[in-house]
Amino acid sequence: MVIYGVALLSFCMLVGVFAGDILGDLIGVQANVGGVGIAMLLLIILSNLSHSKFSLGDPTEKGIGFWSAMYIPIVVAMAAKQNVIAAVSSGWMAIVAGVAAVVVSFAMIPVLSRFGADDQHDS
Amino acid sequence: MILESLAAVLEKNALITAFAFVGILVWISYEISARLTRGHIHGSAIAITLGLVLAYLGGRATGGNSGLADFGLLTGVGIMGGAMFRDFAIVATAFGADISALKRAGVVGAFSVVIGVVLSFVVGALVAVLFGYTDAVSISTIGAGAATYIVGPVTGTALGADSGVIALSVAAGLTKSVLVMIGTPLVAPRIGLNNPHAALIYGGLMGTTSGVAGGLAATDPKLVPYGAMTATFYTGVGCLLAPSVLFLLVNAVV
Repeated sequence: MVIYGVALLSFCMLVGVFAGDILGDLIGVQANVGGVGIAMLLLIILSNLSHSKFSLGDPTEKGIGFWSAMYIPIVVAMAAKQNVIAAVSSGWMAIVAGVAAVVVSFAMIPVLSRFGADDQHDS
Repeated sequence: MILESLAAVLEKNALITAFAFVGILVWISYEISARLTRGHIHGSAIAITLGLVLAYLGGRATGGNSGLADFGLLTGVGIMGGAMFRDFAIVATAFGADISALKRAGVVGAFSVVIGVVLSFVVGALVAVLFGYTDAVSISTIGAGAATYIVGPVTGTALGADSGVIALSVAAGLTKSVLVMIGTPLVAPRIGLNNPHAALIYGGLMGTTSGVAGGLAATDPKLVPYGAMTATFYTGVGCLLAPSVLFLLVNAVV
């Protein structure tokens, strides 16, 4: 059933975000630490477990696949609700700081990619 | 009369209106991609850029801070593009992700988050110094804002920074996330962002969840789960390091 997939996805997200909140509390920061990442790991683990023990079934996978496919439209909506005005109208310092951080971070990607990437040319 | 009842229907079914609206927006973008750029610029990159332009125009017209979603008819765009649906869809993309790629890049991925936070913080702090800030609290707050627009205010509040400085730190973070969304597909070939391994590192270095989400969607949707996975730890690590270790460092140097 499609709802099984959607429910599994919801379960993973709620558990992950809850764990992220607790993790944030434990290390004393006012933020969710890795909630979505934990949820993703959980989904990967659960869906792989079920391959061996019980089959997820096609409709169940469709329930997850639908939301995965809705990702880009959701990101487009997210872009359309950003506070772009605040980003471009707060003066040069904020813009320079943001741009410089992005440029330096982009430049770091090839440097770090070299580590542990010896057998990565299959994708 | 007819227009009024149409507006009432659209407003009452806000989320459904948003689905229809975004559908049209995406369709227009893919048409532009195919006809005007012959597919050279990906449709989703155009759609995201178009979304940002509309957000700018919406902000101009309404004076609000949620872009297009401040229009009564388009409040659903705010729900659809809000953190709840965004995170739900991000988690869904993990289905079918390659576990071995995750394992292989585990250590480098964790490493990249810490390097990313420190790097953005230092760059932001240097810019603050260049623009004449001399107190450690303001410099740290702006540096934290260059990490993400959540780390900035969290740090500023913890350190007791001036509200104007906190607003600047949010603006720096917003600039970063907008630029990451638009810039990623353009620089991806040059920085080797075409495999899960690089995407994990990219997510860790950039850290802005919305920027990474938009940037990878426009570059190659298959890479989304890897970048999103590391990016989700960034804000937490930033909130941990910026008001503590990094602030103490700035305080020692200034």
